[in-house]
Amino acid sequence: MIYREAGHFKSSYAADQAIFPIVQDRVFLGLVAVVAFVAVPLAANEYWLQAILIPFLIYALAAIGLNLLTGYAGQLSLGTGGFMAVGAYAAFKLTTAFPWLNMLVVFVLAGLVAAGVGLLFGIPSLRIKGFYLAVATLAAQFFLIWLFNKVGWFVNYAPSGTATAPPRTMLGVMVTGPQATASARYLMALGMVVLFALVAKNLVRGRVGRSWMAMRDRDIAAEIIGIRPLQTKLLAFAISSFYCGVAGAELLFLYLGSVETLAFDINLSFLVLFMVIIGGLGSVLGSFLGAAFIVLVPIFLTNAPHWLGLAMRTDTQKHLELMIFGGLIVFFLIVEPRGLARLWQVTKEKLRLWPFPH
Amino acid sequence: MKLRAFLIGGLIAAVVAGPLAGAVLAQGNTMFIPLLVYRTGPFAPNGIPSANGFNDYFNLLNERDGGINGVKLAWEECETQYKTDLGVECYERLKSKNPVLVNPFSTGITYQLIPKAPVDKVVIHSAGYGMTASADGRWFPWVFNFPMTYWSQASAFIKYVGAQEGGLDKLKGKKIIHVFHNSPYGKEANPTLEELSKRHQFELTLLPVDSPGQEQKATWLQVRRINPDWIYISGWGVMNQVAVKEAAAHGMKMDHVVGNWWTGTETDVVPAGDAARGYKSMTFHAPGSNFKIHQDILKLVHGKGKGSGPKEGVGEVLYNRTIINAMLDTEAIRLAMTRFGNKPLTGEQVRWGMENLNVTEQRLEQLGMKGLMRPLRVTCDNHEGNGLALVQQWDGKKWTIVSDWIEPMRDVVRPKLEAAAVEEGKKLGYTPRDCAKEK
Repeated sequence: MIYREAGHFKSSYAADQAIFPIVQDRVFLGLVAVVAFVAVPLAANEYWLQAILIPFLIYALAAIGLNLLTGYAGQLSLGTGGFMAVGAYAAFKLTTAFPWLNMLVVFVLAGLVAAGVGLLFGIPSLRIKGFYLAVATLAAQFFLIWLFNKVGWFVNYAPSGTATAPPRTMLGVMVTGPQATASARYLMALGMVVLFALVAKNLVRGRVGRSWMAMRDRDIAAEIIGIRPLQTKLLAFAISSFYCGVAGAELLFLYLGSVETLAFDINLSFLVLFMVIIGGLGSVLGSFLGAAFIVLVPIFLTNAPHWLGLAMRTDTQKHLELMIFGGLIVFFLIVEPRGLARLWQVTKEKLRLWPFPH
Repeated sequence: MKLRAFLIGGLIAAVVAGPLAGAVLAQGNTMFIPLLVYRTGPFAPNGIPSANGFNDYFNLLNERDGGINGVKLAWEECETQYKTDLGVECYERLKSKNPVLVNPFSTGITYQLIPKAPVDKVVIHSAGYGMTASADGRWFPWVFNFPMTYWSQASAFIKYVGAQEGGLDKLKGKKIIHVFHNSPYGKEANPTLEELSKRHQFELTLLPVDSPGQEQKATWLQVRRINPDWIYISGWGVMNQVAVKEAAAHGMKMDHVVGNWWTGTETDVVPAGDAARGYKSMTFHAPGSNFKIHQDILKLVHGKGKGSGPKEGVGEVLYNRTIINAMLDTEAIRLAMTRFGNKPLTGEQVRWGMENLNVTEQRLEQLGMKGLMRPLRVTCDNHEGNGLALVQQWDGKKWTIVSDWIEPMRDVVRPKLEAAAVEEGKKLGYTPRDCAKEK
């Protein structure tokens, strides 16, 4: 009765094309933003920020990136970990070579480097599709990780092969390195996720996003109506890799503090792909939901026995966690194959009819 | 639709409740030590005995002595699967319980925790692993890697090879291969081996094995092609068993295949069966369960049904190593108590204890560890201590020590280590302290 478009009269094109046409949505998101930007840094303890929220935001950004490529443009990719590694090592090289460079600029430049690499590995997508493309991107994953492992230059010849985030300030506040507070790093990650999620949302509503979706749904038909496959697919690879690259740089600078290539191995690619699939292909919101699911549920399962007062051996607990988590994923894909975003949509439709469902 | 409602409800509950399900704070007269363990995953074969050792030793102290000077030890395990991100999550979770000291038990996780140590005031003890450069206590006051670093260990290996070949000058032209886990851990020894290969003119080949290392066919084909005189392995987890098996399958002389001290426990050699006979590995303590400490553990911990592993596991190489590790930690706490009083200590106080640690032969005897390890002394600028290395050999049934105590080439390692400490310290924005002013 309350939650619906009817009754909202729009008097301009801008209002008509708003991302969130329903007033309640805007109010809700405004509240979420206030909570996220103000309340959380004030209220949350370090464990929450460092171990839960920061990885959630970073994985959400990576998931948005992959969702643009796989969900919107329909190009299956298993190279996410590799592209994230490119971003991380590029940011590391940039900030150690030019210490005066603003961290935001470093992140964006690192994203651009990753975009370039993504472009390169996107070329095969013009010839091959589906699972075959997944295999081609898998090659990117393995090649890039091998490269960073092999060439000492990428880690400034550190004997152990780890890249360590140096301390850097922004506007006088320490944002990376050990002295940076968790809240500073959280706000940095949050700001970037909000910014890039908005960009992504607008991108997929516009010409670019529509051409991606056309390409995804039927490439030949898309070509016939005048969408050029070369530009469209490569653009999808470049933008997706940009997002992944920024997420990778954040993983190093805002979350882990120092990384080895193992942090970007094939498991990371799968993890992000699962986030996209569970969250919902072709949905920006789904990327957030998927990331939340993958980050939070295992933590819940780890903590649950303590919470219930069950004394369990560490290994039993871990095995149980793996089994339940795996089971949940399967259960999910059976009950709602279109992902968490779809669940939200269903809820929304019900809300519109509430309290008089017919 | 019912299912859907159930799903949504369950999800919201999980998301909200998950992290709230926090841990209960350690209370009263206790000191908390987090245990980052890996009892699952590809590194579990080595993770399990290590975790059992820690548990049993802490249990022993609580059961036999009522803790340390009346202060009970509290600890909690957290499963990391040897993964760095899970390790960080564990550390952050257990940090809420005011830990004073952490044993990351993974070089990768140690690297993650080193920057946090001075901020959180938590001592890091990476006993025989971790970042070699952190042995320079002037740059890394919060990190300790006694009894020995990877670099010292590698130099001791070369010294041993030299002794076997009839002198270090005989190394010229010999072919030595380093097969290593392709991670910060495995790479640690490389700079030292490279430096020594220049000095003693042996041909060094570095062959990485990607984690976790179940697949090493290509690596060992390369090894066979090179046909080396000596092989040094830095492996961990499943990689160890596979490496030993492959070495045997490719007809290497097993007594010329030497693992570092993380590549030489029972679970690493048993799967290879008879073929592993003769395989050697570095170590810094004696194998076996014939020491008083083991009887105490069997009687007071396992006897009371509090043992954390099978009884047969008591005395395994890694088990012994972690009871030594736990002993060094608790001795440091004990020492700190002589200065700061018999009460739960802070991280800073424990740090002082670590830095002034001096475990004498007499003390080892009191602890029931005489003959298990050597006396050890740590100083402000040398956090590696004065540890010496040993070589042990597998005879098909048990490990036996086959060398004397080997002094590492400190003249080679220390200058390199100090240079590396400057570099690593600067990366983190540290400044060195003056050890002459410490008391």
